[in-house]
Amino acid sequence: MQSSDLVIEAGRTERQYWKDLWRYKELFYFLAWRDILVRYKQTAIGIIWALLRPLLIMIVFTIVFGRLAKLPSEGVPYPILVFSAMLPWQFFSNALSESSNSLIGNANLISKVYFPRLVIPTSSVIVSFVDFVISGVILLGLMVWYNFWPSWRLVALPALIAVAFAAAMGAGLWISAMNVQYRDFRYIVPFVVQFGLYISPVGFSSSVVPEKWRLLYSLNPMVGVIDGFRWALLGKDTMLHVPGFLLSMGLVAFLLVTGLWYFRKTERTFADVI
Amino acid sequence: MSDTIIQVENLGKKYIISHQTPGRYTALRDVIADKTKKLTRNILSPFRKIESDSSKEEFWALKEVSFEVKQGEVIGIIGRNGAGKTTLLKILSRITEPTAGRFRLKGRVSSLLEVGTGFHPELTGRENIFLNGAILGMGKAEIKRKFDEIVAFAEIEKFLDTPVKRYSSGMYVRLAFAVAAHLEPEILLVDEVLSVGDAAFQKKCLGKMGDVSREGRTVLFVSHNMGAVRQLCSSIILLDHGRIVGAGSVGSLIDQYLRGISASYSSSPETPTKFLRAIEFIDSSSHKVDSILAGSGGSFRVHYEVDGDVLTNVCVTIAVYDLTGIKAVQLTTDHAYEKLTIEMLSGKGYIDCQMDAILLTPGQYRVNVAFDGHKGNGAFHDGIVNGCQLTVMPSDYFGTIRMKTNEEGFVLVRQRWIVEGGSHNSF
Repeated sequence: MQSSDLVIEAGRTERQYWKDLWRYKELFYFLAWRDILVRYKQTAIGIIWALLRPLLIMIVFTIVFGRLAKLPSEGVPYPILVFSAMLPWQFFSNALSESSNSLIGNANLISKVYFPRLVIPTSSVIVSFVDFVISGVILLGLMVWYNFWPSWRLVALPALIAVAFAAAMGAGLWISAMNVQYRDFRYIVPFVVQFGLYISPVGFSSSVVPEKWRLLYSLNPMVGVIDGFRWALLGKDTMLHVPGFLLSMGLVAFLLVTGLWYFRKTERTFADVI
Repeated sequence: MSDTIIQVENLGKKYIISHQTPGRYTALRDVIADKTKKLTRNILSPFRKIESDSSKEEFWALKEVSFEVKQGEVIGIIGRNGAGKTTLLKILSRITEPTAGRFRLKGRVSSLLEVGTGFHPELTGRENIFLNGAILGMGKAEIKRKFDEIVAFAEIEKFLDTPVKRYSSGMYVRLAFAVAAHLEPEILLVDEVLSVGDAAFQKKCLGKMGDVSREGRTVLFVSHNMGAVRQLCSSIILLDHGRIVGAGSVGSLIDQYLRGISASYSSSPETPTKFLRAIEFIDSSSHKVDSILAGSGGSFRVHYEVDGDVLTNVCVTIAVYDLTGIKAVQLTTDHAYEKLTIEMLSGKGYIDCQMDAILLTPGQYRVNVAFDGHKGNGAFHDGIVNGCQLTVMPSDYFGTIRMKTNEEGFVLVRQRWIVEGGSHNSF
């Protein structure tokens, strides 16, 4: 590491921050690695849980929403319809839950060691991303099973994954920073996640939402993300409601930028307040 | 070579302490309204000025702290609990932000405020080495390179792959220190982490710290262990209530610190004693004094008062300590080949321990006295802690007025030096 002249003055913002983030880039990996390792320590079937969980959820959803509620599925095998929406939703909800408690959970690090605190919620989102990738493998398996192949729209998938990541980060940054000062969020987040599951197009397709409510419904940023995922993966007749999609995208960007701003602003008081 | 590596100017750190106020609101509506107002204000502008609120008090943990550290120096930061030492290190480590002032650092900083930061009990020793190393700022390649050294230093080869939650506390601490000891920063900030492990390991740690300073790194070292501070540091900063009250040479500042501590000890006993009333020092001309010349004679006089009781088999012990708490000498009736006891003691009087020559080196000493024996059917124990203070002053015991202080040992020994063989000049 080259030596650098560092001047810290009370009240002035830190210009070194982004350079610091790069210097500590390995820490992203290590914290995420730690969280994943710890999950499966002293378990009998270990890493297989990573595959089992999304599989079981998918089965339950298919039975409940597909067979029992008989919601329409636009000509696509129901499990795939559910799974293609569940993928981004699980990513978002896990990322939100984990990152909201990430700062509190690492309180001992925050009060004893220096590194850019942004690493902590980001590594929680990375852990959820790893789960996302594993579930993606299951989706692949499902597509092989049903002999269903996606269209050229698959190309949009990486961009949509980035958007999902941004949504998870934006919400995570806001909540984790606020949770340090106001521990109420520990109780609010599980409720939001549960509620969100029903107002996001996971168990149903967005086409069942009546036109006049469409824009209001799209205020939920995950609507855009999930619709986008469905559009990219399912091809054929899946249409994308463009105004709603753009609204959701705008919201995701807004969440991320303001989340970053708020986090940086309160970061300097973390060690004193946590 | 000796350019300024750390420069601190007028550093200050303020905390707000809240106190409980008696409830001013009785209606739930008022409580909710008040809380909502406060909440929205806090979320939207976390940095607004604190209004004068009688339930909050400002506390300056550090105030107007300025100093400079040159490359290669090992600076000891000492002070009582609550003086601001850890706060200073936290600010220099960038864990918390200063409220006032500024500082400049030239070089990579590693701080050790606690051993085992980031250790996860479920992970194995091997995994924790990587995790802890990464948290402290080492890269993966660097950790891999030093892995074997770290394991050898910690002496836990056999237990590398067991989860750390199964380690004994000694092993845990050895592993934590081993990882931290292999950091290679330009600036190292250490906070009282050397007092871990058994005596052999402590020696190893001190040795390693010595190596670090010999390699030319700059170290800021907070400790309560005056022995370690004396051994490792080239100069000292003394903090008291958040301010610097002294900076400079090791010996004089340690004494200043210790004198500050012993001044807060009262010479009257803290707990009521049963039979002991006081202890004092009487010199050879029967005057009560609190300082004597080294090598002179005198006695310790222990005053007792036994009301209405008769004590049997009484044994007296006087212990003389230096200000750091190390025992210099113990005088007791239970010494050498036989145990002298006072077979019967009652009423009021004193017991003298007469010494022809007290061979203690110059310095400050504190004296404790203890009384043991039987009363009626049972045994009793009585004691006075810090019953009196004694200052030994340099004298001409060695034929000259030159004499070293008790930092270099407690005993005066008359010595002769002779050299033989080779070709030489005499002493």
